[in-house]
Amino acid sequence: MDIQIENLTKSYGVQKAVDSLSFEVKTGEILGFLGPNGAGKSTTMKIITCYLAGDTGDVKVGGNSVSYNPEKVKKHIGYLPENNPLYLEMPVIDYLRFVAKLQGVKPQDEKERILEMINTCGLKGEQHKKIRELSKGYKQRVGLAGALIHDPDVLILDEPTTGLDPNQIIEIRELIKKIGKEKTVILSSHILAEVEATCDRIMIINKGKIVADGTSEQLRKQAQGNELLRVRIEGGSRNDVFKALQEQSTISFVDFVSEEATLFEVQSKPEVYSAKAIFDLCVSNGWYITEMTPIETKLEDVFREVTAN
Amino acid sequence: MKSIWTVAHRELSSFFDSLLAYIMIVAFLGFSGFFTWLRGSDIFFVNQASLQTFFGIAYWTLFFFIPALTMRMIAEERKTGTIEMLLTKPLSEWQIVTGKFLATLLLIVIALSLTLPYYITVAQLGDIDHGAVWLGYLGLILMSASYISVGIFTSSLTNNQIVAFLLALLIGIFFHIIFGIMAGSLSGTLANVFYFLSMSTHYESISRGVLDSKDIIYFCSIILLGLIGSQVVLANRK
Repeated sequence: MDIQIENLTKSYGVQKAVDSLSFEVKTGEILGFLGPNGAGKSTTMKIITCYLAGDTGDVKVGGNSVSYNPEKVKKHIGYLPENNPLYLEMPVIDYLRFVAKLQGVKPQDEKERILEMINTCGLKGEQHKKIRELSKGYKQRVGLAGALIHDPDVLILDEPTTGLDPNQIIEIRELIKKIGKEKTVILSSHILAEVEATCDRIMIINKGKIVADGTSEQLRKQAQGNELLRVRIEGGSRNDVFKALQEQSTISFVDFVSEEATLFEVQSKPEVYSAKAIFDLCVSNGWYITEMTPIETKLEDVFREVTAN
Repeated sequence: MKSIWTVAHRELSSFFDSLLAYIMIVAFLGFSGFFTWLRGSDIFFVNQASLQTFFGIAYWTLFFFIPALTMRMIAEERKTGTIEMLLTKPLSEWQIVTGKFLATLLLIVIALSLTLPYYITVAQLGDIDHGAVWLGYLGLILMSASYISVGIFTSSLTNNQIVAFLLALLIGIFFHIIFGIMAGSLSGTLANVFYFLSMSTHYESISRGVLDSKDIIYFCSIILLGLIGSQVVLANRK
């Protein structure tokens, strides 16, 4: 089930939380939603789930508009809100039964679905405990189980792994990946590595606008631009090597990394690579290379670059 | 309809799980029992087989108990954020509000049905006007429903339960006595308007054994206004 967002704007007073946002998510896609605090991630998710309404523009989930057909949209969405609100006084199993009923799970399938959710989310030992008594990680699992109970076509997860331990994070990621094969998933997170590991597509928004959109490789390439190498060349004097490197036609810029005489950072000119040139240079001068590492732009750098003010 | 019942069922079991229901029932039975049977111008003093004394007392006890039951209804859900969970389920604001309304009304009906032994006892003592008793109960239920609806409305306005409680009492006190007092101290059409607005006018007329469409319209309008008001407030979040 596809999600289409067209020209969505939402303001709180004078501040625009979402600013003419348009994008589309296709079935089978896991979209990672990134952005600094207050970028409009949660607001967008709340509009998709019909909790809030946009001022202008529209959101369609499987062709149904959130403004005209909210009931239909809500049926197909599984939503895990930020901070994972739950009825703390309810036992886990009662809570799941309550959500199943609200989501219109057929009475004859109810038991089976609840059991399945308890198994997939690893809640077997806690099913009769009150939610209040559970640790944060288990509460998160209960929230996730509630979001998945009606086998929704669309899954909206607002920071699904907060409060989980590393093992649980990996489990939840695997679960999301498995689910994401046939469904449409949007998940937001602060943890870039997580988004990179889980999502097929990453979207970074800032001040309500999309500032980057693509796979993690695409984003990196986009931000990286020119090749950057860190080389350690020994066998010659520091200044000779520096000069020789600077004279190479493919190299635009050379820099010392530290006080250490032999380590350089070499930036190539656009569209060319300098590894061979450096190697040849060393051969002809009798120097030798002890280290050569391409410096990859990390997603963190991309993030910082596109969201910097 | 099924969703309304699902919401109501959860609310009702949360009343019983949190002991609130038991406390309310015990306190209600204690108060009304004490004043009906043991103290002051009690039921024996009247020298008549009638439950008027009990209805007069329940009129006041319910007035104070109901805001305490309704205050958390929506305010708490707002505070903990569960309202977001609820509103993103395929469920309209109206269904949520009426579900909560029904749950509280059911609790009141349960509490009232536990006073049926009073009725049975008094009926043994002499000739009782059965019609008046049943209408008296109907009057109590209608009055409770009105205050529940008001209470849910004030609970939807805030995420502070105490504010919701006091606000419900404040609105309630106007219907409960202030309009009646104003009707007495004014004259002309204004007096008639306040007389009509006063809860006691309609409650007394029903519990005396007269069922008038005016009274039914009065209670139903308060109930509907409160419920629609809460629905509008909830829908306004957008």
